[in-house]
Amino acid sequence: MRSLVVVAGNTFRETIRDKILYNLVLFAILLIGASVLLGTLTIGEQSRIVNDLGLAAINLVAVIIAIFVGIGLVTKEIERRTIYTILARPITRVQFILGKYLGLGFIVVVNIAIMFAMFLATIWLSGNAIHGSLFQAVELILVETLLVMAIALFFSTFSSSILSATMTLGLYVIGHLTSDLKGIAEKSQNQLTEAVLTALYYVCPNLELLNVKGQAASGVLVEMGYQVTATAYGLLYAGLLLTGACLIFQRRDF
Amino acid sequence: MDAIVVDRLTKTYKPAWPWEKPVTVLSNVSLSVTQGEIFGFLGHNGAGKTTTMKILLGLLRSTSGRVELLGSLADNVAVRSRIGYLPESPYFYDYLTAEEFLCFYGKLAGLARETIQKRIAELLERVSLTEARHMQLRKFSKGMLQRIGLAQALVHDPELVILDEPMSGLDPIGRKEVRDIILGLRDQGKTVFFSTHIISDVEMICDRVGILARGKMLALGRIEDLVKKHAVRSVEIVCDGVVSSDLPDVKRLATRVLQRGDRCLIILPGQNHLEQVLAVLRQAGGNLVSVIPHKDSLEDIFLEQTNRKV
Repeated sequence: MRSLVVVAGNTFRETIRDKILYNLVLFAILLIGASVLLGTLTIGEQSRIVNDLGLAAINLVAVIIAIFVGIGLVTKEIERRTIYTILARPITRVQFILGKYLGLGFIVVVNIAIMFAMFLATIWLSGNAIHGSLFQAVELILVETLLVMAIALFFSTFSSSILSATMTLGLYVIGHLTSDLKGIAEKSQNQLTEAVLTALYYVCPNLELLNVKGQAASGVLVEMGYQVTATAYGLLYAGLLLTGACLIFQRRDF
Repeated sequence: MDAIVVDRLTKTYKPAWPWEKPVTVLSNVSLSVTQGEIFGFLGHNGAGKTTTMKILLGLLRSTSGRVELLGSLADNVAVRSRIGYLPESPYFYDYLTAEEFLCFYGKLAGLARETIQKRIAELLERVSLTEARHMQLRKFSKGMLQRIGLAQALVHDPELVILDEPMSGLDPIGRKEVRDIILGLRDQGKTVFFSTHIISDVEMICDRVGILARGKMLALGRIEDLVKKHAVRSVEIVCDGVVSSDLPDVKRLATRVLQRGDRCLIILPGQNHLEQVLAVLRQAGGNLVSVIPHKDSLEDIFLEQTNRKV
């Protein structure tokens, strides 16, 4: 357990010293600030525009961090050969993978918290109401980010940085289009196409389940049952991917 | 007890495609390293030294064979708290300072904070990096990185130290410093297993040596024994007061005869006809200056083994 925390702590320190992180967070904060200006151009929809843009900025930056820092978690260690001295210590490969995930997870939580705090401050300063639904949306953004991180980590245990980034991005896009996959499968005349698309629908993560931004921006609360189920779904999927990542990583030669 | 036991170790890489052949990089390699000794693992680049070390540390899985470290099987994670490792051409987390770097590895080894702080000061002093304590590793030179790498291998005071090419990239002073550290470790009763392709490093500090080439162990033993096993390669005789043209028998037996004024240099291909040649020289009234038998050095043995036997 101690080794896991040491690896997590080092991952946190590594990411926090990366300037890209600051640029991304700054970008999100600027975007949130800009949403107020955009809101003033609309009549009666200012609150919705600010909420929409703010949540979108938080989501975008969190997912970018998850993908681009997430794929480097393991691939960078292998490519730079820093993994040799780590795994030569009394630490299991599972502890290493979970430590890496935990370290970045903590970064993501801190970043989302900072961006969300700036977002709430912007809403408050612009004189709009802070709805409870915004908290629900951000909680699901965090779950989605943790899931995307697990996808990135999973791919990076057996492929290069570029391939991992491509596959994670691909799965992220498909993850937001799974309902379309099902729709196309149902309309398909070809049995094989239908089978493939249906399989994809069930295998790929349904990230749209974690997207309640539209509803939240309008100030409509999400049902608690849905919130809990969606959170459990995202975390369970991330858990499965992490298990897969550990199993693959344990069999790898360095 | 042996610190390292490697028994008929084989590593074969499966081909990526069905039409490719499997590649065997280690073939039935066996060796043992006694506790408290310095063992030199000698071989050309690509001989299989790093592969062997990686299998010892669980970074690679063997195809067959048995590997034991300090009485435990190599895949036992717990035993690694008693082992220090420096990889070849190490690259470390360059965003860390020397102190943070050693602290990280100390924590990974399970050391207490106070012990780590004490060890960091000792080790930085030992590898002459005290001044660079708060410097980020990205500003380190290659030699400094090698030395801080050595310090991370020793931070938890391990019983067994495995070093992959520890002298590579170092200047003569740096090499001497590393040699002194290795000798110091032996004085403390530690076992050192290190690989190199530089023979002088091995000759200077190793108790025993193993020669590996193309994945096969060609020779194993004490340097003196390995050298002794080999017969005298040539005998050099220097004699005054004789003229080589008057000595046709000697010319016939020698591989080379050189006349420099009154002095004659005769090189014989071994000891077989030494007495016969000496008798001829005495009979001719020669004044014997020196008789020097030349034995194979470790370098000769290494070159002969690696070039001919594989």
